[in-house]
Amino acid sequence: MARALIHVPPSAKRGEVIEIKTLISHVMETGYRIGVTGQPIPRDIIEDFVCTYNGEEVFRAKLYPAIAANPFISFFTIATESGTIAFSWTDQHGATQVQTAAITVE
Amino acid sequence: MAGGGVFLRIATRPALATPETMQEAVRTAIGEATVKKGRVKLDLPPIVENGNSVPCTVAVESPMTATDHVKAIHIFNEKNPQPNVISIKLGPRAGRAAFTTRIRLADSQTVTAIAEMSDGSCWSDDVDVIVTLAACLEESLH
Repeated sequence: MARALIHVPPSAKRGEVIEIKTLISHVMETGYRIGVTGQPIPRDIIEDFVCTYNGEEVFRAKLYPAIAANPFISFFTIATESGTIAFSWTDQHGATQVQTAAITVE
Repeated sequence: MAGGGVFLRIATRPALATPETMQEAVRTAIGEATVKKGRVKLDLPPIVENGNSVPCTVAVESPMTATDHVKAIHIFNEKNPQPNVISIKLGPRAGRAAFTTRIRLADSQTVTAIAEMSDGSCWSDDVDVIVTLAACLEESLH
C-alpha cells in the first residue's frame, strides 16, 4: 500500500513505558474535495490502525477523514517481554499493510 | 451580486457538522454516559495557520491498572464535514493514556476529547481553535 515509518526503541527495561511513533504515507482523501474536472475526488481513507505486542492487541485506532494526510500516530505501551511489535493499517477497501519491529526487553 | 455569490458558494459546499451532529456522534460513541469536565488534557495550538495538519495530543490522568484504566479516547469536532476525528481503544497495557496525531480542521471551532474509563465514567476537555487557512474542502473550481 504505502511506505510506513515506525520508531520503536530497540531495547527497554522490563515494565518501562515506551513511546511508539508511526507514520504511513497515504493521501487520506476525504471525499469532500472537488477535482479540477468538477467531479468529487473519491474518498480514500485508512480506517483502522492496530498495534499488537507478541500477538496481543495493545492499541487500536479508528481513523476518519479528519486525520491529516500521511497519518501520524504516537502512543505508549509497557515493555513486557522481548518479541515483536506489529502494526497494521487497513484502508476502506480492505487492503492491509503490516509492518513489524523487534524489541529486546532486559 | 456579491451576496448571491456568497450564497451559491455556501450552497455548493458539503454539509458541515454542527454542534448537534457532534452531540449525536458523541452519543453513538459513548452511549448515554454523563460526560464530566476534567482528567483529560487536549493539547492543540490555539491559533492554527494551516488546517490541513494540526498536531493534536490527548493525555488522560489515570493509573492505567487492570482495575482502573482508560478504555477509549475519542476526538470530535463541530465544523468539519464529519463530526468524528479519531477513536482509539487502549487498556492497562498502554502504561500511559496518551497519544498524538495530526488532524484536519475546516474552520475555527471547538474540538472536544472524551475519555471512557474502565468504571464507565466519561471525562472531557474542549479547546477553541482559530484556523486561518482551512483544510481544503471544495477548492479548485469554486
